[in-house]
Amino acid sequence: MGKKKQDLQKVVEKAIAQQKVPHVKFKGIDPQDIDIARLTKPSKETRQERWGKGLTLLAIGLIGILIVAIIGFVGLRGLATFFADRVNVFHFLFTTDWNPSAGKEHVGAAAMIVTSFAVTLLAALLATPFSIAVALFMTEYESGRKVRLLQSVMELLVGIPSVVYGFLGLTVIVPAVRKIFGGTGFGILTATLILFVMVLPTITSLTVDAFKAVPKELRKSSAALGATQWQTIFHVVLRAARARIMTAVIFGMARAFGEALAVQMAIGNAVLMPANLVSPAATLTSQLTSQMGNTVMGTLPNNALWSLALLLLVMSLVFNFLVHLIGKKS
Amino acid sequence: MNSKKTNRIATGVIYFLVGIVILLLVGIIGNILISGLPHLSWHFLTATASSFEAGGGVRDQLFNSLYLLLLTLLISFPIALGAAIYLAEYAGDTWLTQLIRTTIEILSSLPSIVVGLFGYLLFVVQFGLGFSIIAGALALTFFNLPILTSNIEEAIKGVPQTQREAGWALGLSNWKTIRGIVLPAALPGIITGVILSAGRVFGEAAALIYTAGQSGSTVDYSNWNPFSPTSFLNVMRPAETLAVHIWKVNTEGIIPDVNLVSAATSALLVIVVIMFNFGARALGNWLYRRLTAAKIK
Repeated sequence: MGKKKQDLQKVVEKAIAQQKVPHVKFKGIDPQDIDIARLTKPSKETRQERWGKGLTLLAIGLIGILIVAIIGFVGLRGLATFFADRVNVFHFLFTTDWNPSAGKEHVGAAAMIVTSFAVTLLAALLATPFSIAVALFMTEYESGRKVRLLQSVMELLVGIPSVVYGFLGLTVIVPAVRKIFGGTGFGILTATLILFVMVLPTITSLTVDAFKAVPKELRKSSAALGATQWQTIFHVVLRAARARIMTAVIFGMARAFGEALAVQMAIGNAVLMPANLVSPAATLTSQLTSQMGNTVMGTLPNNALWSLALLLLVMSLVFNFLVHLIGKKS
Repeated sequence: MNSKKTNRIATGVIYFLVGIVILLLVGIIGNILISGLPHLSWHFLTATASSFEAGGGVRDQLFNSLYLLLLTLLISFPIALGAAIYLAEYAGDTWLTQLIRTTIEILSSLPSIVVGLFGYLLFVVQFGLGFSIIAGALALTFFNLPILTSNIEEAIKGVPQTQREAGWALGLSNWKTIRGIVLPAALPGIITGVILSAGRVFGEAAALIYTAGQSGSTVDYSNWNPFSPTSFLNVMRPAETLAVHIWKVNTEGIIPDVNLVSAATSALLVIVVIMFNFGARALGNWLYRRLTAAKIK
């Protein structure tokens, strides 16, 4: 420290000897008077800066801890089925006998897994063409008031709570399905129709972003080559936006896969391998929502439900991973 | 088939699909409002819910929803604000920042039932809070944080870089610049973001079933002591919100006017969400005009 201080002292002396601004008089000040310690300490601004940065970093850290805690807690509980109760993982994933209160031989979640994937895939398949059409309408065909109006209605649709969709499904879609296709009206078809409406705005808004990201020059060059509007859309716009449309669909699927209440109200909640689209079934989320309150913490039936929750968590991570993978590729 | 014909057909198909979607949207919103509005009376808003007779209201559920929303925002806003400032102003393009962004993305895409169950595990069981408003508010904070953070981050990023440079040129520290210049300029956007996220929180049910609980205890609205078990301000009492109420009466309820109550409650929820949606934009624009001389673009 001594050397550094001496160096600084020298710099100060030199500066005073060489000072060029005549009206500032340093003559009366002895170089010894200059408080080097104070000069080399961080300024008030620096301290403020550190405080601010520290505070905001703390907030970020808190969010980080939250996600670690979620994965940790749900993971620990969910794995208890396999470690504490010694249920075979493959048995859990691939058999359809679900009656955990009867013992570990009856913990097979395949029916729910298949149903969950079925409603998710069907809803995404149904919603994608509509979403692409609406997105094309909003970016390629129309502009101005019509687009803004459609957009605000879409935003409203996202805002409608999922139980309201469930209630609508219960009072409108269930009777309609019962009348047209027979059965009880509860089942995969009904759940798919509800999820279709719920994921439609998600996929559409992301697809709109995808189309907006396609450079205008591409469209202009295509038009200059004499292509019709559809040819431009089909061969240029859709192709250029392909990867981002894929991510939009995956986001929609993630939403559909995790949706609980609306599905639970409309699917019938019978843990059976679905035989057709109109027979009652159960998804991972519907089983979780309806049964979690009926089991005692720490018992096998309860642990088995936590395993379903863990499965949901893992699927949500997988969807995230897929989005990143596609994003990196393009 | 020549290309012109294909073009016409494709355009026709697209307009047809859009037409179906518009019909669907109008049908859904119309259905909710038409079937619910006639039953949405003053009595319905101010009467307590009945457990087995017809003619109950949603007074407590409405209050619980609003109270829970307020608590959630009180907890999540400071954290989200800090995180958003860090991401928008300080974060460089490092692996750590990437990791943080990924974390927030994961948090925002978690199914709300998983968030609710985690809340049940941690707050209700581990911390011994029981089914309570505070447990619900904490669970909703998880649900709300990622949305709120990205909304606020967008608002902060929307402030022109020249305003920051002006602050630095005056010799202000980065932090002073953020506090004194960037945040006030971003305020309209921040408020819009908060209200939009409030709309989501207001209608959330899955995260609340196992945290705030499904039953309403008797509530006394003249008891202002927040530690008294019957006080409406007590955060330790179990509370059912509007959205949970719809779910419960439809899945387990035995009241004879299930459809009527659900329809009216649905309409109430949708109206509040509409109010939030349009209110957010209107308030944001108004603030923007008040705080700056600029016209909205």
